[in-house]
Amino acid sequence: MTVTRHCKTSYREDMKIFQSPSIKVSLTVLIIGLLVFPFVANDYLIYIINLSGIAIIGAMGINILTGYTGQVSLGHAAFLAIGAYTSAILSSRVGLSFWITMPLAGGVAALAGLIVAIPSLRLKGFYIVITTMAFQFIVEHVIYRWDGLTLGDKGIGVPPVTIGTFVFDSGERFYFIILFMAILAILYAKNLTRTKTGRAFVAIRDRDISAEVIGVNLTQYKVTSFVISSFYAGVAGSLCAHHAGFIGPEHFTFFVSIEYVAMIIVGGMGTILGAIYGALFMTLLPEGLRVLSDALRGTFPVLVVRFAALQTVVYGLIIVLFLIIEPEGLSGIWRKIKVYWKNWPYTY
Amino acid sequence: MTMEKIQLFIQIIVSGLALGSIYALIALGFVVIYKATDVFNFAQGELMMVGAYLCFTFSTQLQLPFLYSFLLTLVFSAILSIIIEVLIIRPMVGEPMFSAVMVTLGLSFILQGIVGLIWGYDEHKLRNPFPDQPVSIGGVAISYEHLWTFVTTAILMTIFFLFFKHSKMGMGMRATAEDTDTAFLMGIDVKRIFTLSWVIAAVIASVGGIFLASVSYVKPIMSFVGLRAFPAIILGGMDSIPGAILGGLIIGVTENLTGGYLDHLLGGGVKEITAFVVVILIMMIRPYGLFGTEQIERV
Repeated sequence: MTVTRHCKTSYREDMKIFQSPSIKVSLTVLIIGLLVFPFVANDYLIYIINLSGIAIIGAMGINILTGYTGQVSLGHAAFLAIGAYTSAILSSRVGLSFWITMPLAGGVAALAGLIVAIPSLRLKGFYIVITTMAFQFIVEHVIYRWDGLTLGDKGIGVPPVTIGTFVFDSGERFYFIILFMAILAILYAKNLTRTKTGRAFVAIRDRDISAEVIGVNLTQYKVTSFVISSFYAGVAGSLCAHHAGFIGPEHFTFFVSIEYVAMIIVGGMGTILGAIYGALFMTLLPEGLRVLSDALRGTFPVLVVRFAALQTVVYGLIIVLFLIIEPEGLSGIWRKIKVYWKNWPYTY
Repeated sequence: MTMEKIQLFIQIIVSGLALGSIYALIALGFVVIYKATDVFNFAQGELMMVGAYLCFTFSTQLQLPFLYSFLLTLVFSAILSIIIEVLIIRPMVGEPMFSAVMVTLGLSFILQGIVGLIWGYDEHKLRNPFPDQPVSIGGVAISYEHLWTFVTTAILMTIFFLFFKHSKMGMGMRATAEDTDTAFLMGIDVKRIFTLSWVIAAVIASVGGIFLASVSYVKPIMSFVGLRAFPAIILGGMDSIPGAILGGLIIGVTENLTGGYLDHLLGGGVKEITAFVVVILIMMIRPYGLFGTEQIERV
């Protein structure tokens, strides 16, 4: 019998990050490509990739809570907002360095996650959806109304990031911070899913009562999941604030929360790759739509005037179509293609 | 307390009840769908908005008499809901809660966007036959729109309460909600029940939308009222029709009271989030609501 690459003889082998030498090679190529990228790409492209990088970190967070633990959150943007405002206020008013405010932003968001987790412990399913949605609206409201702290709808200007005398004032320079954080976020998430905690999350998602019966402490792991997820969101929010140099409440609306859920639906729930694909897809989508509506300007001028409406329809359609046609998302499609070619010419 | 303060208080309560009736209508539609199909419909507010826009088209743009536009709106929203049910909801029946919820959320986006594409984002006044002068009962002014909202809500509630309790179709719906497979084996036309529940929900929502548009404007932000109805649904209990009505009324009055008395203390806009604060409190104390049945789960 020939032992193929699919054959795994131990759990350790099955859980390996680098399943084969070729993955190491392609990852190295990818990393080199990512390092060279800002030197060859134009500003617009770098801007888009920076946004995607931030979205990837945020999507990793909601993926841990919703994709792995099965607690659907419609309030992810609220945690992003908390992180962004923490970072913005601390660096613009108190004058702390970004390197201190970023972890603090994560910490404050995690604390908020802890608070939301408490009422959620007795709840499941739809009730958590509503709780997190309520949290989203309450946070939005507080940001709008607490003028003294957040400057309300005027928004806050955020100073650029510095190390010593080096200033990360261009998208190209900030790119490296985002790249570093995104890789860190992905590595941590990937490793988390291979630990006892990660398996407990999945057990809770698949059947919470059974999980409890086999000894998974629901309270402990649900809270952990909320805290980690909001920490991610807080860091993403902080990056978002320093990248844009300005934040206002309109950056963290309910719509953004839905966008994050859409990311993991489109990418594939409960997979690391899925969150990455989804974040990329949902960041590139508005840009693609803009190009499309400009191209159709002649025949359908309404698409340009009412671009926001078009975007809303497309988002809705994408969520619906992925759920109906390909619930495993882009990563599922990718996996199926790979399996098909691996086994070709046999079907399995 | 002076006479004026008492009158103001009653005024706040009355308009709160009117607002609450709108929530109640949205909640009612939600409960009908949930009872029959076990789907949490996030798009209830959008169905309401579409109803209002349809009525606006018939009554203001096409200048049809109000009663005809009202009826036409109901017919069109029924057709729309059938299309939605067959195309989007039916493939999701039996899927996990998450998928079913997210599909309706996606649907709500589609409806919002389509309304935006067709009608734009401006506010419009809905031409309606209600007299502008409010009726005065004991010094408290009640507008005709509010009065009609009360009456219609009361009528609809009675109809559906009796429908679920006594009619064969209503019992079929309850049976389907209880256990779809068994209901199917007992010869209940489950597909028809699913479609019917969406039609009922859409029609009720349209009625709510028309009344809401009569008291304010036809505008895209209306769909947000649908989100604010969720606290009413949770408060009443998701599977209870009297609960939906009572929950709606309580939330409406609470919103108006906090808006009237706490707004200047907390810096404005309190009314819009009261419901969400209330819902978090309910979740902590009694998540299955006032009249809902507590779910018992087995592995």
